Amino acid sequence: MRLGCPICGERDRREFYYQGAALSRPEGEVWAPEWDDYIHNRDNLPGVTRDLWQHEQGCGAWLIVTRNTVTHEVLGVALATEAGA
Amino acid sequence: MADFKVQTPCTGLLPVTVGGLRLTEVVPRRMTSLAPYRGSAGALSAAMQAAHGVAWPEPGRMTGQAAARALWFGRELALLIGPEPDESLAAHAALTDQSDAWAVVQLDGRQAVEVLARLCPLDLREAVFAPGHTARTDVAHMAGSVSRLGLQTWQIMVFRSMAATLVHEVEIAMRRVAARQTSLL
Repeated sequence: MRLGCPICGERDRREFYYQGAALSRPEGEVWAPEWDDYIHNRDNLPGVTRDLWQHEQGCGAWLIVTRNTVTHEVLGVALATEAGA
Repeated sequence: MADFKVQTPCTGLLPVTVGGLRLTEVVPRRMTSLAPYRGSAGALSAAMQAAHGVAWPEPGRMTGQAAARALWFGRELALLIGPEPDESLAAHAALTDQSDAWAVVQLDGRQAVEVLARLCPLDLREAVFAPGHTARTDVAHMAGSVSRLGLQTWQIMVFRSMAATLVHEVEIAMRRVAARQTSLL
C-alpha cells in the first residue's frame, strides 16, 4: 500500500502510522453520549473509511486518509490541519 | 580534571570500502534546525539568503553548496548545515543546535543507489530522485534523512545514538551488492 502524502508525495506504507478513526471531537468538557461514540463506539463497516494516519518516518504530518477497505483503493489524502479531523 | 576527547559519531567505524563503494563520515562544523514562526517562512528565507546565501528549501529539496547547505528536514523544518547561524535568523525562526545529535555519512559509488534501495522504501531513480533532492524516510527501520548530493553521491543521516547500527546496516548492504556483482562476472 502506498499513500500520497500532500507534502512528500507517494510513499510506502511503512513510513506511516495508523492513528485511528478521523472523528469530530465533541464540544465541551461535560460527559455526554457523544463522548462514548467519539472514544469507543465504532460500527466498523466494510467500505469507505476516513482515518487519521501520521507520516511519522517522513515529514511528521497528520493526514486524513479516505480509503475503501473492500477494494483497498485510496480515495484521498489530505493534511489534518486543512481537512479538519 | 578529566581529559575529555572529542569523538565523532562514527569514530572507529568508518571509512569502509567495498569494491567500488565507499562509505565515509561527514562531520559538519555546525548543524542547526530552523523552524519558522507562523507566517515567517518568507522573511526567514530572505534572512538566510542575505546571511548565508541559501534560500529556504521547498519540501524534498536542498539549497546551497557544501560550505552552507539548507536541507528540508520535515514539515516546516529545515536543517542549516555548515555555518554558525546568523543572529538575524532568530527573529523569524526557532533555532536549535543539532550538531551533536546526528550521525552523517556519505556513500559514493556507481552502485550506491542499489545499496540504498536495500535500506529505504524510496523511489531512487534519477528521474524521480535527482541530485538536489532529499527525503525524510525509513533507513533500515531508523528515522533518517537521505539526500542525493550527486549522481553517485548520497548523504545519509540518523540519530547519533544509532551511528553503529547505520554503519553496520549500510556495510552489509554494500557487501551484498558487491557480492552480487562479483557472482555475475
